[in-house]
Amino acid sequence: MDRSIFRYILRHSLRPQILILVLTLGSFPFLYATLELPKLIINDALSTRGLREIAGVEVGQVHYLFVLCGLFLVLVLINGAFKYVINVYVGITGERMLRRLRYELYSRIMRFPLPHFRRVSSGELTTMITAEVEPLGGFMGDAFSLPLYQGGQLLTILVFMFVQDPIMGLAAVVLYPIQVYIVPKLQRQVNALGKQRVRQVRRLSERVSETVGGVRDLRANDATVFERTRFGRELGVVFDIRYQIYKKKFFIKFFNNFLAQLGPFFFFSIGGYLVIMGDLTLGALVAALTAHEKLYAPWKELLSYYQLMSDAQIKYEVVVAQFDPQRLRPENLQTDDPDGDVDFRGPLRALNLTVVTDENETVLDSTGFQVDLPARIAIIGPAGSGKEELTLVLGNLLEPDAGRILINDHELQKMCEAITGRRMTYVGYPAQIFRGTVADNLFFGLKHRPLTAPERDPAAKEVFERERHEARRSGNPDFDLDADWIDYRAAGLDGPDAIASAATKVLGKVHLDRDVYQMGLRGTVDPDRHPGLAERVLEARRALRTRLQDPRLGRLVETWDPNRYNTNATLAENLLFGTPIGEELDPEHLAAHPYVVEVIGRSGLRHALLDVGLRLAGTMVELFADLPPDHEYFRQFSFISADELPEFRALVGQADPQRLSTLSPDRQERLISLTFKLIPARHRLGLVEEDLQAKLLEARHRFREMLPEGLQAAIAFFDPDRYNAAASLQDNVLFGKVAYGQAQAAERISDLLSEVLDELDLHDRVIEVGLQAQTGVGGSRLSLGQRQKLALARALLKRPEVLILYDAIGPLDPHEQSEIREMLLAEFENRTLIWALTRSEEAEPFDRVLVMRGGRIVEQGRYNELGGGTLAAAE
Amino acid sequence: MSLSKDVEVLRSIPLFAKIEPAKLKLLAFTSERLSFMSGDELCRQGDVGDAAYIILNGDADVMVNTPAGPVRVASVGRNDIIGEIAILCDVPRTATVVARADLETLRISKDHFFQMVKQFPQIGLEVMHELASRLHHTTQSLSAAKARLNQLEKVVDGDAS
Repeated sequence: MDRSIFRYILRHSLRPQILILVLTLGSFPFLYATLELPKLIINDALSTRGLREIAGVEVGQVHYLFVLCGLFLVLVLINGAFKYVINVYVGITGERMLRRLRYELYSRIMRFPLPHFRRVSSGELTTMITAEVEPLGGFMGDAFSLPLYQGGQLLTILVFMFVQDPIMGLAAVVLYPIQVYIVPKLQRQVNALGKQRVRQVRRLSERVSETVGGVRDLRANDATVFERTRFGRELGVVFDIRYQIYKKKFFIKFFNNFLAQLGPFFFFSIGGYLVIMGDLTLGALVAALTAHEKLYAPWKELLSYYQLMSDAQIKYEVVVAQFDPQRLRPENLQTDDPDGDVDFRGPLRALNLTVVTDENETVLDSTGFQVDLPARIAIIGPAGSGKEELTLVLGNLLEPDAGRILINDHELQKMCEAITGRRMTYVGYPAQIFRGTVADNLFFGLKHRPLTAPERDPAAKEVFERERHEARRSGNPDFDLDADWIDYRAAGLDGPDAIASAATKVLGKVHLDRDVYQMGLRGTVDPDRHPGLAERVLEARRALRTRLQDPRLGRLVETWDPNRYNTNATLAENLLFGTPIGEELDPEHLAAHPYVVEVIGRSGLRHALLDVGLRLAGTMVELFADLPPDHEYFRQFSFISADELPEFRALVGQADPQRLSTLSPDRQERLISLTFKLIPARHRLGLVEEDLQAKLLEARHRFREMLPEGLQAAIAFFDPDRYNAAASLQDNVLFGKVAYGQAQAAERISDLLSEVLDELDLHDRVIEVGLQAQTGVGGSRLSLGQRQKLALARALLKRPEVLILYDAIGPLDPHEQSEIREMLLAEFENRTLIWALTRSEEAEPFDRVLVMRGGRIVEQGRYNELGGGTLAAAE
Repeated sequence: MSLSKDVEVLRSIPLFAKIEPAKLKLLAFTSERLSFMSGDELCRQGDVGDAAYIILNGDADVMVNTPAGPVRVASVGRNDIIGEIAILCDVPRTATVVARADLETLRISKDHFFQMVKQFPQIGLEVMHELASRLHHTTQSLSAAKARLNQLEKVVDGDAS
């Protein structure tokens, strides 16, 4: 990247800059005219009487004045229009440049050599790309036009003044040299401080991102106070720097202001003297004063431009330097399409491989090996023997300091990533799972370039073309993100229809299918995205219903029945009889919802609910009174938290059961909230009696019938014959509540559910739904083991010719590890598998074993050919 | 199936008989009503015990594994308590209990029971009292048994000599 911001601007926005300059220059004559006109009005139109001639027509004095004033107004408008057009264009140009800069910085991160990531923190990189370059956008837009515009204005006004009177002109600029001399000196100090501040803020963001990543360990060591203090100190440093900057910056401002005010002083004294002496007309003095006032604005702008420029230059240089590490990967290796094919069958020769770390430690010490591909190769050796580096070099992920790898005489390091990232793949530990769905993560190993463009209606197409055009202007990629990027052929598939079953198969291989199946059961289905699935699920619901006719099973579930109270559900669930969508009808705050309040009132339930609430509160106060506030029973069993207990105790003590409606609205709401949580079958308090149940059923029907338009989208009602898109797949099949108090009800129902779904051939469809489950930030919703399995599945799905593994299945339990190892060895019988193993006996079934020690391959061969001593030392 | 009924049942069991009603109510509230169908196992011999069951309704067979296969050694019914030893000390289940017909129980988990004892030492005292009296009973039976054994041995020895 260009080291100077000006060169960067010129390289990427020469044409817009020229256009801006032309526009700016074009505005000057009009500017000059706006200065000239007032003088004409004062000296000519006002002072001299008689007729004037405009374009051969004689006009009177008043007319002449109005014509001139009209002209003035037109000029003001023209000036304004120029300014508007220039400003907008400058803004757009700046924004395009900023977009380009950010994109270039981001894409450079992709090209960083791996060891460089040990030196930079993600927090630093983030602030640089987001906050630090932000002000550069504004600067890059008018880097050339602003000095020209303001300088030109200044010059125009100065010329005007000199034409009026050379002495006046001189008086206006006499102090400029002092400013030009002193201001940069002060500014340089401010700049140095600015640099410091940038660095310090970067440290701050680094601290923040470290804290985010390490909160667990900070808490585990009671180190939060120390960490807080340290952060406080860092903030203090920022404060100090800012303080210095303010002092210096505002001194510059004071200095500039003072000099600016000296101008009028000279005008009044020298100009006034000249007027009195009759050497200068009053009109000229007034015009000069006006001009000087106008002079001040561009001069100030020029000075602040100078400040902005030095600031921008520093920022640019500092940022760009951070994004230019040594041995940046050539961009074309990442963006080029494959040039010709490489046959991954044949001799693999690794020659003289040497890797030296930043700390000058030799981790690979001019070592090498030869093997005929395809082969299944195990690498064993103690930690720090160079195993990891060797796998990285073989995966073309780490560039060796010396040596090379030849596959069929093609040099691996020179192959573009379109080959090494498609035909080969690498799974390390910990594997990165990105935020998105399981499917996104599973398929991104197949997304290299857009393949099939999506269908768009003309309007959408226009929008897309506009966006693409704009992306090109900023040097951003013009690929279509909404296209289908999945390379089905690479996965050995005909098209999109086959991908789900391929995914299911591959998930099965890595033992992740059961997990994804469970995710699918817990997931919701958008009937539009999975056509036909809703009907099948309803079929499963009916099949389950048939099974539940068996009394032994039937007692395990209480099905939703519009005309029956469900004793295994809360009172609130019984009232809503549906799944709330969004926050609107959140069960926690249901008692306060105006519509719910209205329905309760109309159904004559209010008193009954308050009464139950009061009795419930009484029981809770009685049961939990003697427990200490931190007792876990509060969390586990109580409707009332320990903090609320005193409040409820008071309520129970004061409330008159006969006059509950006189309670304050707040207390009534509390009591009803309590009642809403009651589950008769679980709590066995005998409070929800039959007439209350009957009334509640009535309220349930009323709730649904009267539901206002605005709330229709806030709830999906239970309907025996309809799919509920807001509820999980599982709840849709079950369509009821697992009964309390039945031994092993949950397990039995879960088994029954799977049985029913399997019988209806829905197993794979459930997995499809599970593929849409969210993985969370960095895959945080998955366990470590699940993440590794998913990464492995992703690698298998694209059927690489070479699979390289480093500690890829370490977090799995030993039994699963050995099953997956067997599966991989079978899968790769005719392909290449390179695996750095932790235990040497695992290397037994491999075709070739490389034993590493101290950065060298010290022995190789089949497992049983190796000396026992070597193997023991490799542990 | 209400809480007060459960409290009544608890009170009729000697181990809990002297605990004050309010505490029993809490114990009942934190316990779980659990129904078993005929053939269901309440617990299995050798498993780690995590709960005691009080039978509210129905019968169950107590089976012990022998080299010759499972043998029914006893049967339990209404108001009997099963597995109380397992929630007091960490011993594996000594028998398998199978519901003979549909069975209603109250399940008191080990954790909750200990929570109660910790919170209300008086319960601990009651339990201690009950266990001591059982121990006394057992010791007495044991001494009686030993005395009889001695007598028998003497008789046998006498016969031999």
